[in-house]
Amino acid sequence: MALAPERPRIYEGTRIPSPTPTVLQVPADLKSSEDVLTVNFGPNHPSTHGVLRLVVDLHGEEVLGLAAVVGYLHTGFEKNMEQKSWWKAITYAPRIDYVSFQNNELVFVLAVEKMLGLEVPVRATWMRMLLAELNRIHSHLVWLGTAALELGAISMFWYCFRERDRILDLFELVAGFRMHTRYFQVGGLAEDVPPGFWDECAKFVELMPKAVDDYESLVDRSEIWLERTQGLGLLSADDAIALGQSGPVLRGSGVDWDLRRAQPYLAYDQVDFRVPVYQEGDVYARYRVRMEEMRESVKIVDQALRRMPGGPWIADDRKVVLPPREELHTSMESLIHHFKIVTEGFRVPEGEVYVAVESPRGELGCYAVSDGGPKPWRVKFRAPSFVALQATATAMSNALIADMIAIVGSLDTVMGEVDR
Amino acid sequence: MLNFNRVPGLVEVQDRHGETTLVVDAPRVVDSALHLRDELGFNFLSDLAATDYLGWGKAGVSGYIGTPAGRDLNEPSTQGYQRLPGAKPQRFSISYHLLALREGAPRVRLQVWVDDGQSVPSVVSVWPTADWFEREAWDLFGIAFDGHPNLSRILMDDDWEGHPLRKDYPIGGEPVRFSGDE
Repeated sequence: MALAPERPRIYEGTRIPSPTPTVLQVPADLKSSEDVLTVNFGPNHPSTHGVLRLVVDLHGEEVLGLAAVVGYLHTGFEKNMEQKSWWKAITYAPRIDYVSFQNNELVFVLAVEKMLGLEVPVRATWMRMLLAELNRIHSHLVWLGTAALELGAISMFWYCFRERDRILDLFELVAGFRMHTRYFQVGGLAEDVPPGFWDECAKFVELMPKAVDDYESLVDRSEIWLERTQGLGLLSADDAIALGQSGPVLRGSGVDWDLRRAQPYLAYDQVDFRVPVYQEGDVYARYRVRMEEMRESVKIVDQALRRMPGGPWIADDRKVVLPPREELHTSMESLIHHFKIVTEGFRVPEGEVYVAVESPRGELGCYAVSDGGPKPWRVKFRAPSFVALQATATAMSNALIADMIAIVGSLDTVMGEVDR
Repeated sequence: MLNFNRVPGLVEVQDRHGETTLVVDAPRVVDSALHLRDELGFNFLSDLAATDYLGWGKAGVSGYIGTPAGRDLNEPSTQGYQRLPGAKPQRFSISYHLLALREGAPRVRLQVWVDDGQSVPSVVSVWPTADWFEREAWDLFGIAFDGHPNLSRILMDDDWEGHPLRKDYPIGGEPVRFSGDE
């Protein structure tokens, strides 16, 4: 192998643009230059992962100025959720980020449970963790496939989507839906796990680490891939924190931070996993973090499979949880409970909570306010993609136009979540 | 335990659902933010969420009771009697959800209250990530942030009228544009 060329190294301190942290300004001496060309990139461009628009000032191939424009996919999820009862609003949460749907569902359900003070059975907690980790692998696979595709590695896309499809099969098996499963219910799970799931999931656990090996052997030794990812899109640890970056972007900049370990929720404090951290702060470091996270997620899924507790899968609180279907034929009370929950919805005590989980993209938060009635007063999602896009201007300092695709891709943004 | 007594402009400390809320004077929010960041180590702004409380407490709420603790039959709203939620100081609240990246992951909610037309000092200089969050709050609620370098709409069109997440903004009331009109 040829000697690796010298590549830009991560910088110390800060280089966030000023005065606006999210807009890269053309240097004053070049502002009136005729060599600077302003190009509109997107919102309809296959490499923007949706509808991101970038207004780029180019000097030759060099990116001098940059402003990200979002909002093309704004669908008013938060306004709509205010019109629905709490249990109907669960349906909206996974659609916000359509790649990590189960994590979004989870954070909303956890927020409602926190306000209700509801205890969730251990089986539901472990099953939620298992599915959240499968979902993390799913999300990273979609990222890897599309990011590699944008850099010319077309075959990666097919390999990643082959494994992704296996995960979707598992979701279908367990919930009846491939995406937007709406399997998490306030109080636990919507249904018990079907018996055939365990074997199929164990097969996947067997197969997935080998698949990750395959991906690595395809791209990790490829000179083109290394050339196009190393030393690009640099973000120092200080800048990453100041810009609110989380998840693989933060860990790729050398900050050892993962909410699953720092602030354990579900049963993450009872399983073994490692938090991968890379110091380089470039596109390659983010890629490495995601690859290792897939391996760690497989380990968590494996432990959850082996140690899945038995018992009930949903809380026994008839004022919140739908009664078992068969009871409706024999019990008057169950019929009343069912009718009241479906028509009015359950009531959530007055208050406000903020709950955060580690989604595949970083800190996913849900701020919910209740006035004590059956509908949310306000629901706000802290979308990690929305925050990640704020780092484009900083990460794009000194970049070339061709690297722009790699850098934006490495932030792993899902536009549905950015615009909500 | 963190000591919040020295936070500038502190009005009230609330502790509910295991979360601490610091209500501070809106004009002094930058001082409070700097104190929290530099003295208490809250270096990470997780989220900035505005809420419109128009109509809050005007109508009683009742509904199907959700918690074992809430089943005192004599308590208003358990049996269909309506109960009024607790009053709020102003129309809008802005909640800054802060996190310290250190052992124990301490979180705190910094909250300010403003009325329609009042503005809040921008915290972009304290946490650069507030840039888009404040633009979002401006766009969807019409709360202005003084000193923000680029306070413009972010999710809605630049020429959009009204602020959609306000409670008096009707759902389904948005104007529909047809290309033939132009």
